[in-house]
Parts: sequence; structure tokens; C-alpha cells
Amino acid sequence: MLEGSPLRPPPTVAELFWGFLSIGVIGFGGVLPWARRMMVEQRRWLTPAEFTDLLGLCQFLPGPNIVNLSVALGSRFRGVPGAVAALVGLISLPMLIVISLGTVYAAYSDHPVVARGATGLAAAASGLVVATALKIAAPLRGRWMGLAIAGAVIMAIAFLHLPLVPTMLVMVPASILLHRFAR
Amino acid sequence: MSDGAGGAALDLAAVFGQLSLVSIGGINAVLPELQRQVVDRHGWMTDGDFAALFALAQAAPGPNMLISTLIGWHVAGPRGALTATAALVGPCALLTWLVAGAWHRFRDRPWRLLVQSGLNPVTAGLVIAAAIVLSDSTAVSTGHMALTAAAAAILSTTRLHPLWVLGAGAALGAAAVL
Repeated sequence: MLEGSPLRPPPTVAELFWGFLSIGVIGFGGVLPWARRMMVEQRRWLTPAEFTDLLGLCQFLPGPNIVNLSVALGSRFRGVPGAVAALVGLISLPMLIVISLGTVYAAYSDHPVVARGATGLAAAASGLVVATALKIAAPLRGRWMGLAIAGAVIMAIAFLHLPLVPTMLVMVPASILLHRFAR
Repeated sequence: MSDGAGGAALDLAAVFGQLSLVSIGGINAVLPELQRQVVDRHGWMTDGDFAALFALAQAAPGPNMLISTLIGWHVAGPRGALTATAALVGPCALLTWLVAGAWHRFRDRPWRLLVQSGLNPVTAGLVIAAAIVLSDSTAVSTGHMALTAAAAAILSTTRLHPLWVLGAGAALGAAAVL
């Protein structure tokens, strides 16, 4: 791969727009791997280490990681216009595509074959979320405190159906404090 | 619940704006809350509709937070789609813009590592909870449940592209073998 070669000059506002437009459209089933390919390997805007650091920030902040990544990268290179160009490039075409899909689905959802297909698609999409959950939970293996905290969150949200915001206002500080004293 | 498209747009902005700043780990982490608000609280659609829209957002290219666009469209047309998407993306984008500059300066501070290690199990718990709630709502038959389990097993053990699994699920459903 081209990862060792020198970085290119910083992208312009237009290049940010078109770059994120391209990963928005090809990024099926999660855009992040495509984003890394474009930014680090193909266009060489960032070194692999810079990408990992920026991704760390975006995972730490609320919001979809890729949305945060587009804003952070756009603003680093070109300020507010760069952030707006990257963000709009990322989501504009996928929005149009998903609305078209939604319109087609709404028009034919009464048709039994479409309706049955949608239930199959939905069940498979659940499997995708289960697989993601397993991947995210993997680092907790053997960490009893982390597992207990995750278990409490699962109990609150999935079984007691408690609202999210109050749950997080309790669990996030509790988790940070527990980690603080566990050192 | 409010009357008219303007009221619905305001409700959409409130629902998605509130989720924007708590969605640490992305949209999957807030799916159960989104479902609770959209189905139980506002009565905009059924559990089945919600699962179908989520699946469409997964099958389409782009970030899967596009479920906000679909829900907004379903509730209040083009205006709803724009409102819901902007309300979900705007606050977290603004926060990222504000924090991005400071991040480099603080990256080695102990408190930042501490906050990160405290957030990790909460995020994991949220996404597992979302997986449970969503799987429950799509398990309309034993066959569907088996499909979810098989899809999860395939996607976590192979590098197969998710779109193949989603396509296979839709085909199996349409062929009435589930």
C-alpha cells in the first residue's frame, strides 16, 4: 500500500466535498473502512497515526463517528467552510438514495412479497447490529467491572425500558468514578 | 404530540436533537430510545415499520444515521427529513468542531484516558441493549430469529460484505422460506 509515502498538500474545500461524497456513496454497511482507505491510502491527506488519533476523538464524542470525522478533518484543513463541505458531501447523496428507497418501499409495502422481503431484510439487519455489539464488547472480556457496568446498562435499557438520557446521566459518572477508584 | 406538519417537525427536532448529544458510539447506541420515542411516545409508526426503516437505512450506502432521514420523511415529508437529519447531525457536529482543536493538547492527560475508559463499558452496554431490543422486534417467527442469529454469526466470523447478508435476508423473506 501507499501508506509509507509522503502526504499530499492539504485538500481544498472542493476536494473535501468530493472526497466525502465518494465515500458516502460507496460506503455500504458502515463508511469508516472506506474513509480510512480514501484519507490515508488513496488521497494521503493523513498519516495512519493521525487517522487513528482523529478517530479516537470522534469515538469519544457523541454522534456518528463518520459524521464527526468529516467535521474534524474538514475544519482542520479548511476551517468552517471545510467542515461544512465535508459533512454535506458525506450525507447529501445518501439522503437522496435512502429517501428514494423509502418511497419505493412505501409504495409497495402492501405487496406480500415486498412485505415479506422487508421482514427478512430487517431480521438480517438485526444480525448486523448483533455482530457490531459483539465486536464492541470483545475488549471487555475478563474485565469484571466493565462487564458489570455494561450489564447494568443492558438491564436498564433493554429490560427495564428506562429512558436513555437519565440512564446515561447516572451510568457515565458512575463508571468514570469506579474506574478512578479501581486504579 | 402536536398537530400539523409544523408541530410534527418541532417534535422531530426535539427527539433527534436530544439524541444527538447522547449518541456516544453512534446511532446504534440510541436505537432503543429512538424506537421508544418514535413508536411508543409519539405513535408515528409501528415496531415493524421502525425495523423496516432501520433495515433500509442499513442497506443504503452512507452512514446508518440516515434512519433519521427516513423517519423524518415518514412523519412530515421533505421538511421532516431535513429537520430530523439536521437535528441529529447538527449538535454533535458543532460539538466536534468546538472540541477538535483542544483534543491534541489534552491527549496525554490522565483525565482524558480515565473518561475514555469509563465510557467504553457504557457504550458497549448500549449497543448490546440495542441489539437485544432490535432483534426482539424483528423476530416475527422462529425462522426470522434463526436468520438474525445466522447473520450475526457470519458477520462476526467472516469478512463477507454486510450487503450480501442483507440481500440474502431480503431474498429469503420474499421467497417465504422463513
